Amino acid sequence: MSTLVSVKNLSKVFDVSKPWLNRVIERLPKAHLTATSDVDFDVEENAVYSLVGESGSGKSTIGKMVVGLLQPTEGNVEINGVDLASETDIEIIKQSRTDIQMIFQDPYASMNPRWRVRDIILEPVVASNGDTEGLAEKLLEQVGLAAEDATKFPHEFSGGQRQRICIARALASAPKLIVCDEPTSALDVSVQAQVLNLMDDLKSELGLTYLFISHDLTVVRHISDRIGVLYLGRLVEEGTPDQLFDAPKHPYTQMLISSAPKIDGFGREVDPPQGEIPDPIDPPSGCAFHPRCPIATAKCKSERPALRELDDNRVACHLA
Amino acid sequence: MTEPILSIRNLVVEIKTRHAILKAVDCVSYDIAPGEILGVVGESGAGKSMAGNAVIGLLSKPFSVADGEIWLKGRRIDNLSREKMRRLRGKEIGVVFQDPLTSLNPLIRIGDQLVETIMEHLKLSKKEAERRAISALEEVGIPAAAKRVNSYPHEFSGGMRQRVVIALALCAEPSLIIADEPTTALDVSVQAQIIALLKRLCRERGTAVMLITHDMGVVAETANRVAVMYAGRLAEIGPVRDVLTNPKHPYTDGLMGSTPAAAIGLEKLRQIPGSMPRLARLPKGCAFSPRCNRATDKCVQDPPPDLTAGEGYAACWYSLKTECTG
Ligand SMILES: Nc1ncnc2c1ncn2[C@@H]1O[C@H](COP(=O)(O)OP(=O)(O)OP(=O)(O)O)[C@@H](O)[C@H]1O
Ligand SMILES: Nc1ncnc2c1ncn2[C@@H]1O[C@H](COP(=O)(O)OP(=O)(O)OP(=O)(O)O)[C@@H](O)[C@H]1O
Ligand code: SF4
Ligand SMILES: [Mg+2]
Ligand SMILES: [Mg+2]
Repeated sequence: MSTLVSVKNLSKVFDVSKPWLNRVIERLPKAHLTATSDVDFDVEENAVYSLVGESGSGKSTIGKMVVGLLQPTEGNVEINGVDLASETDIEIIKQSRTDIQMIFQDPYASMNPRWRVRDIILEPVVASNGDTEGLAEKLLEQVGLAAEDATKFPHEFSGGQRQRICIARALASAPKLIVCDEPTSALDVSVQAQVLNLMDDLKSELGLTYLFISHDLTVVRHISDRIGVLYLGRLVEEGTPDQLFDAPKHPYTQMLISSAPKIDGFGREVDPPQGEIPDPIDPPSGCAFHPRCPIATAKCKSERPALRELDDNRVACHLA
Repeated sequence: MTEPILSIRNLVVEIKTRHAILKAVDCVSYDIAPGEILGVVGESGAGKSMAGNAVIGLLSKPFSVADGEIWLKGRRIDNLSREKMRRLRGKEIGVVFQDPLTSLNPLIRIGDQLVETIMEHLKLSKKEAERRAISALEEVGIPAAAKRVNSYPHEFSGGMRQRVVIALALCAEPSLIIADEPTTALDVSVQAQIIALLKRLCRERGTAVMLITHDMGVVAETANRVAVMYAGRLAEIGPVRDVLTNPKHPYTDGLMGSTPAAAIGLEKLRQIPGSMPRLARLPKGCAFSPRCNRATDKCVQDPPPDLTAGEGYAACWYSLKTECTG
């Protein structure tokens, strides 16, 4: 297997300062929010790499940098050895663009409601002057809908069917990598199962690679080959699903797994975790998790733990 | 059995549209006992919120209670006037919605909102009400409550806001709480905090809780009994462990099977084909029949009988039994 995506030292800082005049009047300094900080990981070809973490941990920001919707502040993303941000050869840029597609949580919001399904699906191909003859119909059948659906409008479909249409659109340019940002979070479980099974089938049939973003641990456990856990914009642990769920090494991963409700957890009394995610504009010193960590020491407060190899995992914790 | 706090009998909620009258809730009956948490589950559009809103008297135009009865502590409440119902809400029934901002006034300090609710429902002086507001916030785990009463809703995080809403729902000591997806918008760690809080309050005060959610894990950990809804009807009801581990209705069985947690070690998830029908296009027999792998002609022709409170567990012609799940 070879590496398809290589993310290196990726950081993204947003300027969240108030407008200049307010700052002067209220004597406020500039404010910066670090959404992603020094994130490093590789995605193997034809594998599923998942990013999990709670709201605001930087999952979508990384996804957007991987597809090129956002410019990294530092670091870079290479896809098949090509870094879109620094590449100058137009042909290579064009090819790389069609190699990467993205699907989002809310299928309805990402479609023009006045377009027919055919036009929605073909949009990325038309934009690059590709061949569209019979393509929409073929893709619709591939995602489990009917060729006749090509002439309908988005409102005529259920949520799960719309997500299938989004998948068809993502497939239209024959991509290698699909970044899926919470693709089933808005769907009912029975429909989620249909979509996840479909994604799995397409992966084997077409040799696709997924960067899968989700906050749902059970989904991630089911679908992934490798999982990265994010906290406040940093990777805190990475491993295979079995490693992570059977023997989580980082206290944050342990907290996430133990607080997720279990379908066989009848009458389970959890010691609920302490505290909430801190303000990303003013993150805690040292290990960002230390204010909530049950085993934190003085070192955790002052010194940030590096992400280091441990067995086959990577963990960023002084005490792991 | 002790007398239930809430009894719903043959509840029907109708939606009047230009073309037809649709039944969003169709002949649903159940009870909730003191100190009991009844989970109400089912996929989007099953009618969970409509049933909850009927109980708290929050249905308005195209929706109305068309039939059936709702009883709270032995008193019939579905025929009360709007004003009487408004007073009952807050005093006897506390309400927690998914979005805490729907229950909080953004322009009023949270302490004042609590004091207002307390004084409306309990005969207390301003001073006493203020003291009570602080203890209500302490009880739901707001740190430095005496200071935080002066804050506005936007100064709290999502999880803290939901705690404030729970404090608001509980401050007049209601006997019933309707919680409609109270943790759906929250992170798992905060969800665990809120659920532990609800469970503790329910245990300590004997409050009855109707917990509406689509998360089977939340139900398993929180509820004593669970009601499964499909297309406006009650598909199955019973003790939570029985229903989730030994479902009698094929829909419950499918719902449990399609959760990723049920597929650990399996290549594929079990899926239910199709999706829930729209109300305007309900099948004539069992509403689940087009998606059901056991459906026969009988299922397609005739709907199975409705569940009556206290009797029967699944509205299905061929209820699954333990021995035939294989
Ligand atoms: N355009 C932006 N300007 C300023 N801050 C931003 C911007 N986009 C994201 N952020 C901030 O960056 C952080 C990471 O956001 P991101 O959307 O990547 O999180 P996420 O992990 O996808 O969360 P969620 O689960 O809620 O989708 C958050 O604190 C967010 O508020
Ligand atoms: N204005 C309307 N006109 C017609 N049907 C409606 C209208 N509003 C709601 N409905 C229907 O009423 C039914 C019950 O909706 P309800 O909100 O109770 O579902 P729910 O089980 O709470 O779902 P969710 O999990 O999405 O909150 C749904 O089938 C919905 O489509
Ligand atoms: S009544 Fe028939 S169609 Fe309906 S759930 Fe039971 S077996 Fe399936
Ligand atoms: Mg996101
Ligand atoms: Mg609802």
